[in-house]
Amino acid sequence: MSDVKPTRVIDARGSFCPGPLMELIKAIKEAKVGDIISVYSTDSGSKRDIPLWVEKAGHELIGVFDREGYTEFVVRKKR
Amino acid sequence: MTKISIIVFSGTVDKLMPVGVLASAAAALGYDVEIFATFWGLMAFRKDMAEKNTKISKEFEEMGEMMFKIMKEKNVPSWLNLLRQAKEMGNVKIYACAQTFDMFGMKKEDLVDIVDEVVGAGEYLEKAKEADISLFI
Repeated sequence: MSDVKPTRVIDARGSFCPGPLMELIKAIKEAKVGDIISVYSTDSGSKRDIPLWVEKAGHELIGVFDREGYTEFVVRKKR
Repeated sequence: MTKISIIVFSGTVDKLMPVGVLASAAAALGYDVEIFATFWGLMAFRKDMAEKNTKISKEFEEMGEMMFKIMKEKNVPSWLNLLRQAKEMGNVKIYACAQTFDMFGMKKEDLVDIVDEVVGAGEYLEKAKEADISLFI
């Protein structure tokens, strides 16, 4: 993970379901193909919602990382 | 294209919250969202009600105060703001039930600006029949 540098970091901590997912989708729309978006979330819905959406939308989930008190999702825009 | 239809009958905040959450999640996922507000559900869209509504389902009445307190403390977006976000994000249409509208003598300008138009039950059913997900809240 340490070698992946996000293009953009979205701090959605404190935002409730479906806030973090919505912020990620918005960021992906604005991003260029190949960009890496990292989302911080404290919402428990995100753990399933975000990976599901990323797969369905055809992007790449680089990783889901448990940080101290939140989860970080790292996503690469593929198309 | 996936489509969700939500008929909003209830006007209490605890039931309007899932309307906002599901509509905004659906809009984020790229679904078409159609909302038909009828009866107490339409009352909740009145300008004089929308922001200051503190009604809660009768069976959970004793928890209302606590719920509003938590929502304020944790900065939970209101159902109205969730719907606004949903409209900004995707294709979300909010219809007012013509029957309720006429029966209570409402005017279009009495309703918050996120309501698109007043439609009859027949027209709404025609729109909703193609929905992949249909909810009545």
